[in-house]
Amino acid sequence: MDAPAGGRRWALVWAYIFLGLFAAFALMPPVYMLITALKTSSEISAATSPWWVHHPTLDNFVELLTSAQFLIFFKNSVIVAGCVVIVTMLISVPAAFALSRMKFWGSGALATGVFLTYLVPDTLLFIPLFKIFAAFRDLTGIELINHWYVLVIVYPTLTVPFCTWIMIGYFASIPRELDEAALVDGASWTQTLIRVFIPVALPGVIAAMIFAFTVAWAQFLYPLAFTTSQDQLVLSVGIATTLIKSDVFNWGQIMAGGLLGAAPPLIIYAFLMDYYIAGLTAGATKG
Amino acid sequence: MPDGVISAQPDATAAKFQFGAARNFFRQRSTVGFLFTLPLILLILILVIYPSFYAAYLSTLNKRMTSFVGLANFAFLFTRETFWMVVKQSCLFAVTAVFLKAVIGFVVAHLVNATPARGQRKWRGMLLVPWVMPPALSTLTWLWLFDPSYSALNWLLALVGLGPVPWTGDAAWARLSVIVVNVWYGAPFFMIMYLAALKSVPAELYEVAAIDGAGWWQRLWYITLPMMRNIIAITTLFSLIVTFANFDIVWILTAGGPVDRTHVFATWAFRLGIQGGDIPLGASVSLFMVPILAVAAIFILRDVNKRAERI
Repeated sequence: MDAPAGGRRWALVWAYIFLGLFAAFALMPPVYMLITALKTSSEISAATSPWWVHHPTLDNFVELLTSAQFLIFFKNSVIVAGCVVIVTMLISVPAAFALSRMKFWGSGALATGVFLTYLVPDTLLFIPLFKIFAAFRDLTGIELINHWYVLVIVYPTLTVPFCTWIMIGYFASIPRELDEAALVDGASWTQTLIRVFIPVALPGVIAAMIFAFTVAWAQFLYPLAFTTSQDQLVLSVGIATTLIKSDVFNWGQIMAGGLLGAAPPLIIYAFLMDYYIAGLTAGATKG
Repeated sequence: MPDGVISAQPDATAAKFQFGAARNFFRQRSTVGFLFTLPLILLILILVIYPSFYAAYLSTLNKRMTSFVGLANFAFLFTRETFWMVVKQSCLFAVTAVFLKAVIGFVVAHLVNATPARGQRKWRGMLLVPWVMPPALSTLTWLWLFDPSYSALNWLLALVGLGPVPWTGDAAWARLSVIVVNVWYGAPFFMIMYLAALKSVPAELYEVAAIDGAGWWQRLWYITLPMMRNIIAITTLFSLIVTFANFDIVWILTAGGPVDRTHVFATWAFRLGIQGGDIPLGASVSLFMVPILAVAAIFILRDVNKRAERI
């Protein structure tokens, strides 16, 4: 009995050693981000170890948080991500409910179509969309390009199919008796959805909301292609383009900005990790 | 319409009947189902399907979009050396990165699963961080880690007597760099999917196998892998699509350089279409992603349909 137990202990030690190495690889960029953000420009260019802060300072953060420009990026990101989450939920919650509960003509094909749409990448659509928005301006006089609200229009193409898909998976796991009882009692479909179904399905809906937020917050290509004015940029593009002045990289500020930009999704994830993981794996493991 | 019908009927009960019919129509499963999915259908039609076909149309126009040139844009691309380099680089990038992500994800998932249940949450949380950060911002950090004069990675290499490595300055190293960053970003996704798959394997199977005297490899080969097969396939194909169409990592890290050596379809299409102002040519380039996406999608779809039948 002694030998296998000892073997198992060694296996566990090795598992921890390798997990430690992988965790170090995973956390190296965020940690280095923090290290650099706490340095002054002169310490960054000094010949000392780049992995240690000798004279930590919050100057980079203070400078960003007091600069009008950075606050505008942050505000734009918050507005865009917030609107996208709302729009996405308004479209995909009823759709996912219908597709998981009501058999109607073409519902099976539509569910498959949602999944296929989720595989159409932004990198395929940005050029035709750019041209379509220009044509839309010529036709109606409404300028979409170079306004933050263009992002609220295009991001749902990424979030809605994905959120609908993971919610179909989650909704299917809820017993049918629940909403059928409400319908038998005379509630309408809308009442059943809002009063009975959503409260029970809330974990799945929250997972979808987290995803919609994360996708909207992290999107890079669409804002890069569709917005250029500095007051219309969102964080991802704002940090990557405006903090670099000609060929001078102000790394302390870029890293501080990156850290502040990554903070909202990281904070949400820290508190709602289980929903996040449930949403991530819902598509595959429930199949 | 029902209003007109009702007023034409003098009989009160008939009017009631008509009103009830209209109400029943709007309470019917299929009608409500259709109305609930209508916004979704409109969104997909207007902002996904129409632009996809519009991209195909755009690719047949000349640079100023004034006349139809047929397949001339594609013919032009085929004569460009850069185009073939982009094809090669896109495939090399996607296949290598996905393979590495799958292997690392598989190993890490097993390692996490081997630790006591109490500590698993902590490891899972740390290992998933790269996947949660916005890639555009984390790639900026990698750019700084790779910096030519203050590279923190070269500093570490120098400690063990290696380097310096021209991370983004030399074509071969730049290719490796974008793969490293993509693996860093995407491996956690595989890890979490495989971990979920591992958890769904019934423990009795392993107990029975252990009683029968199956070794570690045999259990992996005859129980774990067959049980995980579907998830491995779906995750790999899905990641292949996403990696093949990747934009932000390559764009921020190398912007296609040095001398176009690391361009993938997405970044080259952006350079030509948006920055270069040649929208038809950019659309043509991005359309080359369609065949590989379609093949991967067909394979995924087979699994998905199996699932849809169960709903």
